[in-house]
Amino acid sequence: MPETQDTIASPRPVSAGAADAAAGASSPAVEFRSIEIAYGKFVAVRDFSLSIRKGSFVTLLGPSGCGKTTILRSIAGLVDISGGQIMIGGQRVDDVPIYKRNIGLVFQSYALFPHKTVFDNVAFGLKYRNVPKPEIARKVSQALAMVRLPGSEKKLPSQLSGGQQQRIALARAIVFEPQVLLLDEPLSALDANMREEMRVEIKKIQKETGITAIFVTHDQEEALSMSDRIVVMNAGSAEQVGTPEEVYETPATAFVADFLGKANMLAGTVGKPGAAAAITLAAGQAVNVASAARLAPGSKVTVVVRPQKLSTGAAASGNKLSGRVVSTSYLGGSAIYEIDIGGGVTIRANMPISGRVFREGEAIEVGFDPSDSILLDEGGRRIS
Amino acid sequence: MNNRWTLYDPRLAWMLIAPVLLLLIFFLVLPIAVMAAYTFFTFVTAGVETSTLTTANWQEFFTDSYYSGFLLKTLRVGAITALLCGVLGYFPAYFIWATTFKHKWLLLLLLIVPFWISFTIRTFSWINILGEQGVINVALLKLGIISEPLPMLYNEGAVILGLLHFLLPYMILNVYVSLEGIDRTLISAARSMGCTSAQAFREVTLPLSLPGLAAGLLLCFVLAAGSYVTPQLLGSGRDALFGNLIYDTIMGELNWPMGATLSIVLFVVLGFFAAIYTRYMGMSQIVKGLGG
Repeated sequence: MPETQDTIASPRPVSAGAADAAAGASSPAVEFRSIEIAYGKFVAVRDFSLSIRKGSFVTLLGPSGCGKTTILRSIAGLVDISGGQIMIGGQRVDDVPIYKRNIGLVFQSYALFPHKTVFDNVAFGLKYRNVPKPEIARKVSQALAMVRLPGSEKKLPSQLSGGQQQRIALARAIVFEPQVLLLDEPLSALDANMREEMRVEIKKIQKETGITAIFVTHDQEEALSMSDRIVVMNAGSAEQVGTPEEVYETPATAFVADFLGKANMLAGTVGKPGAAAAITLAAGQAVNVASAARLAPGSKVTVVVRPQKLSTGAAASGNKLSGRVVSTSYLGGSAIYEIDIGGGVTIRANMPISGRVFREGEAIEVGFDPSDSILLDEGGRRIS
Repeated sequence: MNNRWTLYDPRLAWMLIAPVLLLLIFFLVLPIAVMAAYTFFTFVTAGVETSTLTTANWQEFFTDSYYSGFLLKTLRVGAITALLCGVLGYFPAYFIWATTFKHKWLLLLLLIVPFWISFTIRTFSWINILGEQGVINVALLKLGIISEPLPMLYNEGAVILGLLHFLLPYMILNVYVSLEGIDRTLISAARSMGCTSAQAFREVTLPLSLPGLAAGLLLCFVLAAGSYVTPQLLGSGRDALFGNLIYDTIMGELNWPMGATLSIVLFVVLGFFAAIYTRYMGMSQIVKGLGG
């Protein structure tokens, strides 16, 4: 369960939906009021509203071109919005020039000044805030200690590794205590090992400082592991806003279900009405779903099941799907099977290995609990 | 032994550079060596010299202030031209870099357009502009603003103007290339930390574009100090540069040994500046390269 340093006395610090915009007495750290960003005729972001609590870690997650970076840049003032309002700490900032917004920015490309030492890089924001020199020296060394690179003041960025450079960039962005920290795919340029380490580090520093952080990524693992809340973006608007569990377990749309964790999407038709509706899949097999909503007989639906929710053998319960293994990826602790369930439909099952590994061509029966599946309507929206 | 040829065979590399190497040896190194040898030949009379070795030419060069005066003046004109090019060239380069105009290539093409016309003709064109019967004088006379044509041609100013005309595109291109190499997120970063755009320019853009400016200055200086056509056409006898002196010595006085001596002097002096600059530039390029 993610934690927040929420200053708002609310029974549950994190709640889903953009509807909680007005929640709490104190103003949110950042608030978007139906903003629109257009480049000429191309609308990059449309009708985007979101309220971000002080001290929380919010991730904008989506494929490239979904508008997530544009939104981030609009907070910094690097992009002008063509409609709506952006508030930082309760203040409207539409007309505030970039250099007067109190924002910390971390870029994918690090963007350290190559001709300045680490000290001058980190001290940069303080210098332009007229902080006295001894104070600057103290704060810089504090920030460098925080990113675990103390004593690197005299080095040039080119003398540091990629991970170290990104730490310096982080130190540079937080040293002047900005109202919001914006992270634009800060891990994408790093190699896999460094990425994991930096993930933990960024989260730790964000917690320690209690700074409000907005993180942009296309990597679902980063989003799930770091965020208090995730905004899943698609084609310029938010598909779903929620905690990592909420967006993963109960995706609001087909896009979210597919983008986060590549869920199995089984097309089907509603059969007879009832509490546990029986659905005939296009693949020919029938399943039950736990859905309170009354489903119209004959309506088209999609049953969404995560590969991890499928099980086989004695553990298989509830709905049963039988098929034939098309391919097996043995991962040691578990195996990923591609299973042909008939009708040209292939599903993925990620199951722990109990007993034996199924080989290609073998018949297999997998099962999932009705409560582990989600139902989407014809338009791809969740039926709740 | 493996006698099979591979793509990265050092023998292949030598073969590939051999034509250029031979060309350089026969048409650059050897002529210069011959010229260097000529500086020790004895001048008898116009057009006649003997291969009796002497240091008289060098002694004459080092003792006669006529020559050193010419050299200093040439370096001064070169330096003034280079500095003016730097000041005047930075702004257009910055403009081309910063513009949001979609067809940037068109602006860059405009810089190259002058090269389509012969350099000599371009230089001559100034006579039609600055001369006594030139556009400016005729217009001013017709308007009654002046009663006598202004003496704008055949002075050092005209020479420097002609050199500027010739060299500005080199400067602009050099500065533009180094500006283009700057990661624009650096400017966004500076601005997000509290810089106005002018402050961001001073902190980021200007220092990171200095290598290009320095390269442009060197190029303009060397080309200006080594110029011959421009001062010949736009300057009077007093405004001749070292190149014209060499021409007169060889073609006028037919004193080949002295002409060779002066040529070697200009070659060494400009080579010296180029070497210093390249060294400095090389360093900054390394710093820049590592930063990227």
